[in-house]
Amino acid sequence: MIDGVIAIYIFMLAAFTGYEVIARVPVILHTPLMSGSNFVHGIVLVGAMFALFQAESRLEQVIGFIGVVLAAGNAVGGYVVTERMLEMFKASGQRKPAGGQH
Amino acid sequence: MSFLNPAVAKWIIDAAYILVAFLFIMGLKRMSSPVTARGGILWAGLGMLIATLVTFLAPAMMPTAAQHAATNLALVIAAIAVGGALAWWSGRRVAMTNMPQMIALYNGMGGGAAAAIAAVELYKGGDRGLAFTTLAVLGGLIGSVSFAGSGIAFGKLQGLIKRSLRFRGQQFLNVLILGGGIILGGLVATGVDASPGVVTAFFALALILGITMTLPIGGADMPVVISLYNALTGLAVAFEGFVLNNAAMIIAGTVVGSAGTLLTQLMAKAMNRSLSNVLFSGFGDTGGAATGEVKGSQKPIEASDAGVMMAFAQKVIIVPGYGMAVAQAQHKVWELAQLLQQRGVTVKFAIHPVAGRMPGHMNVLLAEAGVPYDLIADIEEVNAEFETTDVALIIGANDVVNPVARSDKSSPIYGMPILNADKARNVIVIKRGQGQGFSGIENALFYLDNTRMLYGDAQGAVNQLIHAVKSVA
Repeated sequence: MIDGVIAIYIFMLAAFTGYEVIARVPVILHTPLMSGSNFVHGIVLVGAMFALFQAESRLEQVIGFIGVVLAAGNAVGGYVVTERMLEMFKASGQRKPAGGQH
Repeated sequence: MSFLNPAVAKWIIDAAYILVAFLFIMGLKRMSSPVTARGGILWAGLGMLIATLVTFLAPAMMPTAAQHAATNLALVIAAIAVGGALAWWSGRRVAMTNMPQMIALYNGMGGGAAAAIAAVELYKGGDRGLAFTTLAVLGGLIGSVSFAGSGIAFGKLQGLIKRSLRFRGQQFLNVLILGGGIILGGLVATGVDASPGVVTAFFALALILGITMTLPIGGADMPVVISLYNALTGLAVAFEGFVLNNAAMIIAGTVVGSAGTLLTQLMAKAMNRSLSNVLFSGFGDTGGAATGEVKGSQKPIEASDAGVMMAFAQKVIIVPGYGMAVAQAQHKVWELAQLLQQRGVTVKFAIHPVAGRMPGHMNVLLAEAGVPYDLIADIEEVNAEFETTDVALIIGANDVVNPVARSDKSSPIYGMPILNADKARNVIVIKRGQGQGFSGIENALFYLDNTRMLYGDAQGAVNQLIHAVKSVA
């Protein structure tokens, strides 16, 4: 394992980072941001891959397989829906200047 | 991949994960501002792609797994293909209105994956230190609760589970289940009894806890709950990251854990409820049959009259709610607003933070329809303006405009900040029928003297309004 004290440092600093990154978010972005952070914890995919790569018994392979399926669903689904939502936000943010020129 | 030296493989993976953590944090940062939000998800997506690809080098640093290496590699590829394809397909198809439950579903999958990692590690057994097993158990518990709870949240919002199950002693039962889970988890973590049977019972209890915790929570509170489970999944991922010694998981999971916690607090605050209140008191329990006694009657109006009223108004504020989302009426609503604007009417959209099923849900829908930002106001900006407004048009919103939240101390929504639509000179409410709203609380606004009810689904009613305004000419 990563050395105990270092691990706590990482944990603490990452927690502050998450707080700061979100602290000033406008209400209009709450849903996309929840969706976006939902996508980010899809990183569990790499953990599930590690677990399945290291599986030694049939049981471990079955659980590992389920884990990777679920994690891939989290990552891909999270990306697709977040991207779809934010695509619309881009359009409405840039429509006005663009509309003025046409 | 035996050509790769284990040390080199580890170095490449570690270096890539640092880059991935950077991309995730920058991505989230960009996602918190409307201007850069689109780029944000692309950054984070790139991070995920790099992380996934580089993890295929992992077998090169695992000498022990050689005997199953080929099978496991095939399983990994197949699992990613299956899970990814299903999620891609469903994510592309889902309507914007159903976004909250899809987020719940994908979030639950992440929690389930974290629990699966914990299960693999715990079934492996062996003495790997108290810190290792404790974190694996904690991550497994939280991940399982998030998995099962998110599934229930999905079922409720999708309409698969209609009623909120509540009975006496429910909290006590939940505490019992939690206690049992902690005891079994303790046995496993301390190595007193980490046999497969105990591990299985531990996960079973954790899953049951997720279900029983979520079942009594009403649909109106689901956004907060989904956000909470999102934060919990992040935490579970971070814990399993410690177990697997994986810095990318620790950092990304923790960032989501804390950001999600903050987001959950913001949402609960917008509803003027504490988190414990949401989790441990079923919505509507306080009021019982007594609420819903409102004097007066609901006065209907024809669409043509309502159209005329709006066409000759100076200022109209539109308050959208879940009814607009269900009817997919956002495009029609924007068409109506543009018609009014052409007549010189000032039009604004007033969004309550928890309108719909998720904070910002209405903003997403209005953005989809093409409504510019500057027409959309939130509760603090707009509340003072209702008094100078000729017509407040309520489209499928209910609790967020219910004045009993200001006056009736016995009401479950007492104290929740509301949009003061009742202060407008005229209020037109588009509503499907006379029944109560999602929370089951009678809405005093509908009985006011200056309120008129336009019955019908949002799409049809707004369409009639458009015709009515056009015919005024």
